[in-house]
Amino acid sequence: MFALNPKIFDIDVASKPTRDGFGTGLIAAGDANEHIVALCADLIESTRVEAFAKKYPNRFFEMGVSEQNMAGVAAGLATTGKIPFAVSYAVFSPGRNWDQIRVSVAYSNLNVKIVGAHAGISVGPDGATHQALEDIAIMRVLPGMVVLVPCDALEAERATRAAATYDGPVYLRLTREKTPIITTPETEFEIGRAYVVRPGKNISIIACGPLLHEALKAAELLKKENIDAEVINCPTISPLDEKTILGSLKKTGAAVTVEEHQISGGLFGAIAECSARSTFPVPIQPVGMPNCFGESGTPTELLEKYGMTAADIVRATKKALK
Amino acid sequence: MLLTDAAIAELESHANQIRQNIIAMLVEAGSGHSAGPLGMADVFTALYFAVANVNPSKPQDPLRDRIFLSNGHICPVWYATLARRGFFPPDELKTLRKLNSRLQGHPHLGSLPGIENTGGPLAQGISQAVGAALGLRMDNSTARVYCLVSDGEQEEGQTWEAILCAAKYRLSNLTVIMDRNNIQIDGTTESIMPLEPLRQKYEAFNWHVIEADGHNMRAIIDACEEAAAIHERPTLIMMHTIPGKGVDFMENNFLWHGKPPTSDEAKKALNELRTLGGVITGEHQ
Repeated sequence: MFALNPKIFDIDVASKPTRDGFGTGLIAAGDANEHIVALCADLIESTRVEAFAKKYPNRFFEMGVSEQNMAGVAAGLATTGKIPFAVSYAVFSPGRNWDQIRVSVAYSNLNVKIVGAHAGISVGPDGATHQALEDIAIMRVLPGMVVLVPCDALEAERATRAAATYDGPVYLRLTREKTPIITTPETEFEIGRAYVVRPGKNISIIACGPLLHEALKAAELLKKENIDAEVINCPTISPLDEKTILGSLKKTGAAVTVEEHQISGGLFGAIAECSARSTFPVPIQPVGMPNCFGESGTPTELLEKYGMTAADIVRATKKALK
Repeated sequence: MLLTDAAIAELESHANQIRQNIIAMLVEAGSGHSAGPLGMADVFTALYFAVANVNPSKPQDPLRDRIFLSNGHICPVWYATLARRGFFPPDELKTLRKLNSRLQGHPHLGSLPGIENTGGPLAQGISQAVGAALGLRMDNSTARVYCLVSDGEQEEGQTWEAILCAAKYRLSNLTVIMDRNNIQIDGTTESIMPLEPLRQKYEAFNWHVIEADGHNMRAIIDACEEAAAIHERPTLIMMHTIPGKGVDFMENNFLWHGKPPTSDEAKKALNELRTLGGVITGEHQ
């Protein structure tokens, strides 16, 4: 069973950005393995690489504002047995250096971890240029690329450590804002697994990233209307845990996907493809960015305006059950 | 390195055989690039037969020098050189660009012994080479990294990101060898996107720069040795080469950058290579 923070619906639930969990996970991974190295493109404080860079200055490479070169240098380091974490904002990496990631990392099957921070609409006031809403799509189509979207800081730490011990290319997606701690320090995490967080029988609400919290809130709201929602945390978009997903879809017969990403190509795409290939395709409604660019605003305002709140998940559920 | 005239003649003979293999491979494949591979045959020969520490029986030796190819489209010369050096059976050369072949149209890391990097989309190899040089230096390795690049790929922004980075980290274990043949697919480099003054650009980026005749074995080897002796900065060797070298109707003609010879043209080319340009009697008239 996927352990949940008992205070999850409390008004004073602890909150932390997933990037913080990455920062502590990177230190732990570095402590455990001297081959772990980090690269960053002029963003060490905000991406939380700073602590690693201070603790292991000889294993940290400041690449400057050069994301294309960073991906290639990371690949080159991996050819000598290093395990590089190449870190920037998701709009720049993989946004700007996708070709380098495709050829130098993925096609070369090198043990490089691409870390894209400040993903999603919730990066807020910086506006659309800095809101990565396409990164899951462009990374999950790369053969052999593991795509991880942790739901809270604790899961981000576990995902970072798991990425460090996994042999092969990984994309790790992080967010800027403080978001509720959904899991516990003991909650399990394995690359390639989705977890039923809350069992139910009427609808499968499949979420990735911090919006899992909205999904859980939506399940509580639906309960009041006698809709028993199953909530699934899907932190690995690729490879997708088809067994868990299809097991749930078979049981409920309908689904809603929840992600801070364009509704095309991301989690919705992955789940819809999985369902369509099965012998029992089900109706699926997406909650996510409605295939448009964002704008400046506070994270809360933006999630409301573009429809990624618990209320939107409730609406999507009713549509899927029609 | 003091090489006897006989040793130089042997290197030149290897280069000639490699050129013949390139022509044969391209005709068989029916597509691919002619001028660059022929132009770099002497440099590849010098690297693999005289300069670099490589051992075909131990292709993964951690102490080996790394040879990366950034302008992956000239890979026929890489394949032909590796085969001649004993990394894989020369018979396999004829599978270039064919289904199920290990000889991909552009090189793929891990596909063949001796292929150290994936390259094709330009400028990616030089960043990879910077990373390998950093990694080897972390391990206090004495191995050097050689990265072959083209002049056309100097137009890629990534090239200059990598050049900045190599200078920042004072990668004296990195030698970049540029094929300065002055052509690219659409014409001459200076008409497509002027690169000069190229030497001064690299010097301004804190690189050591050497210029050498890329068809003179002694000059190629001397330049590589000078590069290895430079401390605290990476070295660029601008190899002045003739695209299509060794086949007179291809030489210096940008139209041969991106196409293979027909079988008639290949016959003429092979005849020229096999007779050393008509100096000796050909065996395959």
